[in-house]
Amino acid sequence: MADTAVAHEGHTSSTGISNVKLGMWLFLGSECLLFGGLISTYMLYRGRVSNGPTPEQVYDIPFTSVSSFVLLMSSLTMVLAVSAAAKKDDRGTNLWLVVTALLGATFVGGQVYEFTAFYNEGLGFTTSLFGSSFYTLTGFHGVHVTVGIIMLMALVAINKRSRVPGSKAETVEMIGLYWHFVDIVWIIIFTLVYLIPV
Amino acid sequence: MTTHTTEHTAASHGDRAHGSAEHAEHGMSTRGYINIALILAAITALEVSTYYVDFGPLFLPALLIMMVVKFFMVVSYFMHLKFDNKIFSWMFYAGLFLAVGVYVAALGTFHFFLR
Repeated sequence: MADTAVAHEGHTSSTGISNVKLGMWLFLGSECLLFGGLISTYMLYRGRVSNGPTPEQVYDIPFTSVSSFVLLMSSLTMVLAVSAAAKKDDRGTNLWLVVTALLGATFVGGQVYEFTAFYNEGLGFTTSLFGSSFYTLTGFHGVHVTVGIIMLMALVAINKRSRVPGSKAETVEMIGLYWHFVDIVWIIIFTLVYLIPV
Repeated sequence: MTTHTTEHTAASHGDRAHGSAEHAEHGMSTRGYINIALILAAITALEVSTYYVDFGPLFLPALLIMMVVKFFMVVSYFMHLKFDNKIFSWMFYAGLFLAVGVYVAALGTFHFFLR
């Protein structure tokens, strides 16, 4: 039983590459379809404001720019964590994972502040089609970032107990791939949603 | 059965070790990652500047080009897709281009591009 479990950890596909990594890239490919649908819906409905504020009236570009910069920099700290894990530097790995989680939490905090400000300005989830599509798109992204933060902190906790199953470097790399994906989705959202006017 | 499993495990560990070595070999230096981050930050600053400065007819194409450049820089260098096995690129780009194709067609049916 134990042998089987150990053997299972190291499974590679017939191509010689890791099943875990293959699965992660396939998952990220499918996530493109999810976010593509949400972004397209927003693009269709962003001008549909029967009542409530318009995008130009609520968006705070300087604030969102800072949030975007914070998330972008979290990709740098994540890649430094992956690099430290490849070098078997546990201390460096944990440090950069925690910094990445903190930057992610700052971004999510900014999003909560933004949603609260928008709501106070009269933009509820059902106020208009613009409001519904905006909150759905950015909310889904925020949930993805939150899941990423939970994974990062869980990895730090497991790593400190030296209980990471299989290859530690690969585990950090997989969570890194997810984190970078969340970042590239925001790169698109920031441009299409915030910077391009209706 | 046990022998087979042990051999398989050893082979897998060998593959993994090879994978890790390959990763370390292909991974960029810390300086390289910081340079990429600085370029991304500079592009972001340029993007934000379009909100304050009038770029005229270049506004939309410039923003879209900068978005695409940032996207592929993160995917290629931070996600190591440029250095990794091509199968991963196929997996990801298949989903990405399928999504772009499907949703551009969907937006087209709603006359989005004629507005």
